[in-house]
Amino acid sequence: MATTRMILRAIKKRPFLFPASSHSFSSSRHGSTLVVAEHDSGAVKPHSLSAVTAATSLAGNGNSSVSVLLAGSGPSLHQAASHAASSHPSVSQVLIADSEKFKSPLAEPWAKLVHLVQQQGGYSHIIAASNSFGKNIMPRAAALLDVSPITDVTGISDAQTFVRPIYAGNALCTVRYTGSNPCILTIRSTSFPVPQKSNDSKAEASISQVNLSNFDEDLNKSRYIYQTSQDDEGPDLGNARVVITGGRALKNAENFKLIENLAKKLGGAVGATRAAVDAGFVPNDLQVGQTGKIVAPELYMAFGVSGAIQHLAGMRDSKVIVAVNNDADAPIFQVADYGLVGDLFEVIPELLEKLPEKK
Amino acid sequence: MKIMVAIKRVIDYAVKIRVKPDKSGVVTQNVKMSMNPFCEIALEEALRMRESGLASEVVAVTMGPSQCLDTLRTGLAMGADRGIHVDSTSALHPLHVAKILMNLVQIEKPSLIILGKQAIDDDCNQTGQMVAGLLNWPQGTFASKATPSKLKNQAFAPTMWWGFPKDKSNMSQIGKKEYTHGTMKSLIDVVLDKEKEEVTVDREVDDGIETVQLKLPAVITTDLRLNQPRYATLPNIMKAKSKPIKKFTPQELNVEIKSDLEIVEVTEPPKRKAGVMVSSVDDLIDKLKNEAKVI
Repeated sequence: MATTRMILRAIKKRPFLFPASSHSFSSSRHGSTLVVAEHDSGAVKPHSLSAVTAATSLAGNGNSSVSVLLAGSGPSLHQAASHAASSHPSVSQVLIADSEKFKSPLAEPWAKLVHLVQQQGGYSHIIAASNSFGKNIMPRAAALLDVSPITDVTGISDAQTFVRPIYAGNALCTVRYTGSNPCILTIRSTSFPVPQKSNDSKAEASISQVNLSNFDEDLNKSRYIYQTSQDDEGPDLGNARVVITGGRALKNAENFKLIENLAKKLGGAVGATRAAVDAGFVPNDLQVGQTGKIVAPELYMAFGVSGAIQHLAGMRDSKVIVAVNNDADAPIFQVADYGLVGDLFEVIPELLEKLPEKK
Repeated sequence: MKIMVAIKRVIDYAVKIRVKPDKSGVVTQNVKMSMNPFCEIALEEALRMRESGLASEVVAVTMGPSQCLDTLRTGLAMGADRGIHVDSTSALHPLHVAKILMNLVQIEKPSLIILGKQAIDDDCNQTGQMVAGLLNWPQGTFASKATPSKLKNQAFAPTMWWGFPKDKSNMSQIGKKEYTHGTMKSLIDVVLDKEKEEVTVDREVDDGIETVQLKLPAVITTDLRLNQPRYATLPNIMKAKSKPIKKFTPQELNVEIKSDLEIVEVTEPPKRKAGVMVSSVDDLIDKLKNEAKVI
């Protein structure tokens, strides 16, 4: 029976082995960025376009190029590739990994794909949005490449220096990457606006297939079973212009209709606090907060929300914050631009009545 | 089956943190420290698996200076069987933690590693994914559950909220179950099938809940709603004092702490301009329309 000491000796003898990374890319182009993007229904997803914006801000000088990686299969993938190719003048190349293996967002094949594409392309930076897909996959890819990733970046100071929130956004940490290529980042899409569609006719980026002949087949360790689908009504919470959030004071799921109606009236999305989700009023994808969604809309209205640190972390960058709460001492009033002490069950119907119709 | 749980000592979640005037970090002197809430949830889940008979041993691992032993003892008091302390005074980034865990795995040989999805100090959300990548194990991150608030006072009801199917042909049915809101039913999220050596994980993702099935050995990171961690009772705190803690250093585990990240500075976020209180809905609408111009 092996003792701990014997095992330790065995570990010491072996060189610190790594999942194979040959580091034998053709040339490490200075300032080349790979954006790992998601697509849906034939278009690149908005938060991936924010990642493209972030990639272009890394550029600075004329040397840089931005490549966009898309994966999946079918005609929608190729449509998305066209979209990516014309999404921003700095995008010079779109890479498509066309295979059933990438149909579902499983971390294991995707991280291996990023590893493979990095070996082939030798990028200086790899960027993805820090949504649940990016958060799941990029650190795993970073481990395969033996680098420390820098996640949830809200500001880019220069090609090696980044700002990211810590302690639920109560502090900002400026960190410099001092490792070897690639520098792996995930960015907070609310900090990098989606590039405006330009009507300039310019050369579209080239679209090419990733060579998957060396792609490791060891893929049966995980299986994608199912996903609940989001309600398609209304704008996406992550990038809505207006967000109306309800807290536990709504008392039950039925009352959340008030929030929904107000959101509809203002053309906004519905958000919720952790307490409301825990209590079962709404599903988890509506949660705004440190560990839920981070939003930064033009208008954020919080009804019956006390303003816990963890909730504020998710919405403090909103342009205008309105808070309605019965409790004049609720912490939310300290961040609100406009605060109204009152009963939300009276205030919301009054708002619904008096607000101008959305044009 | 053995489960390894990684736990981290962090500033308590309720503390209002202050940035040091020299911008080198946040003030930790005389500040309350606790086990990271997500790590508590991870440990709780491991303990419930052991109590259900699916695991034989739960080993808690913590890394850092000697003060971390407090957190480890809390973990042992909650019910972990053994503790491992990797002693290091250097700043440990997720990549270092992942490498250390990878080498500990070769010694301990667990079938499951459970971690909190993120630490509430650095908010990185990286370690679980990185250790899974290094080990080439499948990962189930942001594992979740709807826990009704009534359960808060019921620390020991694992079989009620955790029922796993005895009939394996029901496995796919679990995935297809509607996630209805407004009910007090808990959704089966982490289901361990001992014979098939798989674990089914419900994950909280942007669009809702995603179900994946992972072959063991695997890595799971916990999200908030997976469970309500138990409090360590006084008898268990006393018992914990005699539970074994093994000590290692990163060097003994053949991990070099070489950093590729440098903290340049830590600052406060920009302060919002002070707001105003409005007295009525009319006043609010007026301000939003004419002053803020957002409607």
